Amino acid sequence: MDKKAAETEVISFVWRRRVVLLVMLSAVVGLVARAADLQIRDKEFLQNQGDVRHMRTVEVPAYRGAIVDKFGEPLAISTPVDSVWANPKELLADPSYISQLAKVIGFKVGNLQNRLEQRKQKEFIYLRRRVQPHIAEQVKDLKAPGVGLQREYQRFYPSGEITGHVTGFTDIDDNGQEGLELAYDKWLQGEPGAKKVLKDRFGRSVEDVENIKNPSEGKKLQLSIDKRVQFIAYRELKKAVTKHKARSGSAVVLDAVSGEILAMVNQPSYNPNNRSEFKGNNYRNRALTDLFEPGSTIKPLAVATALDLKIINPNTKFNTAPGWMRIGKNTIKDVRDYGTINVKTILAKSSNVGISKIALAMSPEKLVNTLFDVGFGVDTGSSFPGEASGQLTNKESWHDIERATLSFGYGISTTTLQLAQAYTVFANKGRLKKVRLIGAAGDDQQELVDREVFSERTAKQVLKMMELVTSDEGTAPLAQIPNYRVAGKTGTVKKSIAGGYSDDKYLAVFAGVAPVSKPRFVMVVTIDEPSNGEYYSGKVAAPVFSEVMADVLRLMNVAPDNLAKGNGSKNAKGATA
Amino acid sequence: MELNSYSAPQQLKGTQIRQLSFIEKTLHLDTLLLFGLLLMSCIGLVVLYSSGNQNMGLIYKQLVRMGIAFIIMIAIARISPDTLLRWAPWFYGAGIILLIAVLIVGTKSKGAQRWLNFGLFRFQPSEIMKLAVPMMVSYYYSNKNLPPSFKQIVIGSLIILIPTGLIAKQPDLGTSLLIASSGFFAIYFAGISWRLLLTATGIFASAAPIFWTYFMHDYQKQRVLTFLDPEKDPRGAGYHIIQSQTAIGSGGTYGKGWLNGTQSQLDFLPERSTDFVFSAFSEEFGLMGVSILLLVYFLIIVRGLFIGTQAQNTFSRLLCGSLILTFFVYIFVNIGMVSGLLPVVGLPLPLVSYGGTSMVTIMAGFGMMMSIHTHRKLYSS
Repeated sequence: MDKKAAETEVISFVWRRRVVLLVMLSAVVGLVARAADLQIRDKEFLQNQGDVRHMRTVEVPAYRGAIVDKFGEPLAISTPVDSVWANPKELLADPSYISQLAKVIGFKVGNLQNRLEQRKQKEFIYLRRRVQPHIAEQVKDLKAPGVGLQREYQRFYPSGEITGHVTGFTDIDDNGQEGLELAYDKWLQGEPGAKKVLKDRFGRSVEDVENIKNPSEGKKLQLSIDKRVQFIAYRELKKAVTKHKARSGSAVVLDAVSGEILAMVNQPSYNPNNRSEFKGNNYRNRALTDLFEPGSTIKPLAVATALDLKIINPNTKFNTAPGWMRIGKNTIKDVRDYGTINVKTILAKSSNVGISKIALAMSPEKLVNTLFDVGFGVDTGSSFPGEASGQLTNKESWHDIERATLSFGYGISTTTLQLAQAYTVFANKGRLKKVRLIGAAGDDQQELVDREVFSERTAKQVLKMMELVTSDEGTAPLAQIPNYRVAGKTGTVKKSIAGGYSDDKYLAVFAGVAPVSKPRFVMVVTIDEPSNGEYYSGKVAAPVFSEVMADVLRLMNVAPDNLAKGNGSKNAKGATA
Repeated sequence: MELNSYSAPQQLKGTQIRQLSFIEKTLHLDTLLLFGLLLMSCIGLVVLYSSGNQNMGLIYKQLVRMGIAFIIMIAIARISPDTLLRWAPWFYGAGIILLIAVLIVGTKSKGAQRWLNFGLFRFQPSEIMKLAVPMMVSYYYSNKNLPPSFKQIVIGSLIILIPTGLIAKQPDLGTSLLIASSGFFAIYFAGISWRLLLTATGIFASAAPIFWTYFMHDYQKQRVLTFLDPEKDPRGAGYHIIQSQTAIGSGGTYGKGWLNGTQSQLDFLPERSTDFVFSAFSEEFGLMGVSILLLVYFLIIVRGLFIGTQAQNTFSRLLCGSLILTFFVYIFVNIGMVSGLLPVVGLPLPLVSYGGTSMVTIMAGFGMMMSIHTHRKLYSS
C-alpha cells in the first residue's frame, strides 16, 4: 500500500471515530432530552399519575357510641376489628397464596377458589368480615397479593340475651336494626371521617398522608336500666317461663320515685352477639310491643276512682252472693261465693261481682278518665321502635256489661310497661310518674311532669288494700317477701280469641309495689299461656315478683319495714290492720 | 505491511506520551477508568439500598459480586493483549461448543433455555460470547490487510452470525442483538467501506418485515407492539413501561429524594432493582441525578474510546473500540427501554442493576481495555 492510500485510510479512520462520537453524542442528547421530556414537560401529568396510583382517600369509620346502663356499665360497645377483603383478579393471578389464605381464614380451598372465580370481575369482595385479631395478623403476614384488611367496628353486647331486647342490634355495616340501636341510630352512629393514605401495589395502606376530616364519634347513650336489676329480673322470668311452659313472658321493674325503667326483660330472648340464632319472633321487646287485656290488675284503679269520688270507703260492704250476677244476657262470675264483703276484701279476693257493683255505682266516664290519666291508650314515650299504645275507647253510651267488664280489665289493652307506669300512682301518693328509658345526664330530656290522678289519701288506702292481696287470705300470698311489706294485684286473664274468649288459654299478670311503707319499686310480670297445670297469676306471676323484688330490695339497701314482726308470711295481714 | 500501520502515524505525531504511572505500570490499571467504574458502582449501591427496601443483605450480596468482578478485571488487566490475541480462537471455540450444549442439555427458565447447570452454579454461555465474539473478530482482522475485502467481511460476519443465531434460538433476542452489534463494531473499526455499510443497512431494513413475520416470537412482537402503544393494555403488557415512565417523570427536576420514590418504594415499579433501576433512580434523583449519571457514563466511554485510539495494534484497537461501543449500547438500550424510547429488552443497566453475571462480563471487558492501555510499548519522545 502506498503512502497516499495510507493517508486516505487514516483520514477515513478519523472519520470513522468522528461518526462514532457523533452517534454517541446524539444518543446521549436523545436520552437526556427524553428524560427532560418526561421529567419537566410531562412532570405534572406523570406526578399526578403516580399519585393516582398510590394516593387514596379512605373513609375513617366513626366509633359507634356505647350504650351504657345508669351506672355506666356497658350494654353495647364497639371494638375495632379487621375484615379481610380481596381483589379476586390479583389473588387469582398468584394461586400459590390461595391455599395458605384459605387455611388462615378458615375456608376450604375449593370454596375460596370458587368464590374468587365467581367474582372475578369485581375488584373488591369481602372474604370474611370481622375476624379475630390473630387471624388478621396472620393475613397481614401472608402478604398475599390483592388481599387486604379493612378496619371496622364490631358491636359487642356484654350482657347478651339479658339486655338483647333493650339494646337491639346492628347489622354488619353497623347500622341499627332493632331496639335502641335503631331508635338512636343517628345519635350513636357519629359521622365517618376521611383521610388520604399511601397505598402500595397490593392496596395496603402504607402511610397516612393527610387527615381530611376527623370522624365525629358517635355519642354515648345512657339508659335508666340497672344491669344488676335487669339480670335478676331476667333470671327469674326465664325460670318461671320455663317452669310453667309458657309461650312468652315479660317483666318490667320501675324506680317508682324517678320513673326510670330499671329492668325490662322478655322471654323468649335472643343473643344479639350471635346472629345465627336470630328469629324474628324472638327479638320483639314484648314488654313494649305486645298488648294484652290487663284483667283484674285494673281493679285497684277502679276502686281508687270510686274512693276519690267518695262513693265508697274501704269498709263499704257489697253483697257478692251467690258468686255471680247477671247483667242483661251476660253473667259475671267469681271463683266462689264470697258472700257480703267490704271493698278491701273485694280487692284481696279479686271479686268480679264486687268490683262490677262498684263500677256500676259511678259514671263510666270517671273510670275511663282515670285509665287515660294513668297512661292507657297512649304510648309511654319511650321512643322505642314498635311500641304499642294499647286500646282504650271512650264511648258515647256504655252498656252496663261494658262498664262492669272494664272495671276488671276487659275491653282495654295495654303493654307490660304501660301497666307498670299506671301502678306508679299507688307508689307515688296518687301521682303518675312517666317512665323513661333514656337517662343520660345532660341529655336534653325534658323534665317529665308528674300528673296527679288520685288524692294521696286514696292512693295510700288502695296500696294498703293491695297489701292484703299478698296476705295469706289474698290471691297472691306467694308474692310475699320476708321482712318487707309488699302490695300488688293479680290478674288471670282469659285470652281473647276470634269470636270471644278462650276457656283454656290464660295470661297471668301481676303488678306489685314494694316496700309498702315507703314505695321504691313497681314491678309488673306477665306470663303468657302458662301450660304446665298452674295458670293463676298468684301461682305463676306473683312468685316472680317476690323473687325479683326480694333481691332488688336487698341490692338497693332498702331498709326492711317488716322486721319487728319476724320474717314475713303470716304477719303481712297484721301490718295492714 | 506492519500489523499496526494505522496507529503508527498518530503515535509519531503525538510526541507527548506520558510516562506510565505506578498504578498503570505495576497494577496494570487505568486510573481514570477505575475511578469512573468505582464511582458508578457506588451509585449502584446507593440506588440498590433504596430500591431493595433498605435490605442490607442485598447490599452485601452485591458487594461480593462487585468484589469478584473487580478482581476478575484486575486479573485480566495483567494479561498482555498478545496473550488475549492467542486465546481468542480457543475462547471463541469453547463458547460455540457451550452454546450448542445449551440447546441440547440446557436448563429452562421462564420459557427460555439459556442456562447450563454445573451443579454448584448455573451459567449462561451467551455471556462468554459477549467477549468472545469481539475478540474473535478482532483476532480475524488482526493479520489482514485493511480495509478488509468483501470476502473478509463475509467471513467476519459469519464469525458473528453463528453464535448470534445460536443465542437467538434459545431464545434470547436481546443478547443476540447485543453480541451481533459488538461484532459489527469490530468490523466497522476494521474499515468496512461506507458504501457496503449503507447497503447492508438497507438490506437489513428491508428484510425487517420478513424477519418480523418468520423469525420473531410472539412475545417479541408483543414487546414491539407494546412499545408503540403501551396504553393499549395498561394493566398487562403495557404495565411495566407505563409505571416506569410515571416513575421517571414524577421525579421532576430534583427528584423526590433518596428513599422517597413512591412509585418504586410502593412496589408499583416492576424489576426496580434490576432492569428498571434507572426509573427508580430517576424518580428519587430527578433530572439532575440523571444528568450526573449520564455524565459519569459518558466519561467512562470517552476514556474507553481514547484508550482505543492509543492502541498499538489492530487487535487491540478493534477489541477496545468494540467493547466500549457495546458498553454504550448497553446503557442506551436500557435507558431507552425504560424511558419508552425503545421496546422492552431484558438488558440490565451496567454497574447499577442488581445482579452478578453481566457485571462480571462487563468488568472483564474493562480489564481487557486496561490491559491494552497498560501494556503499550512506549516510544520515548
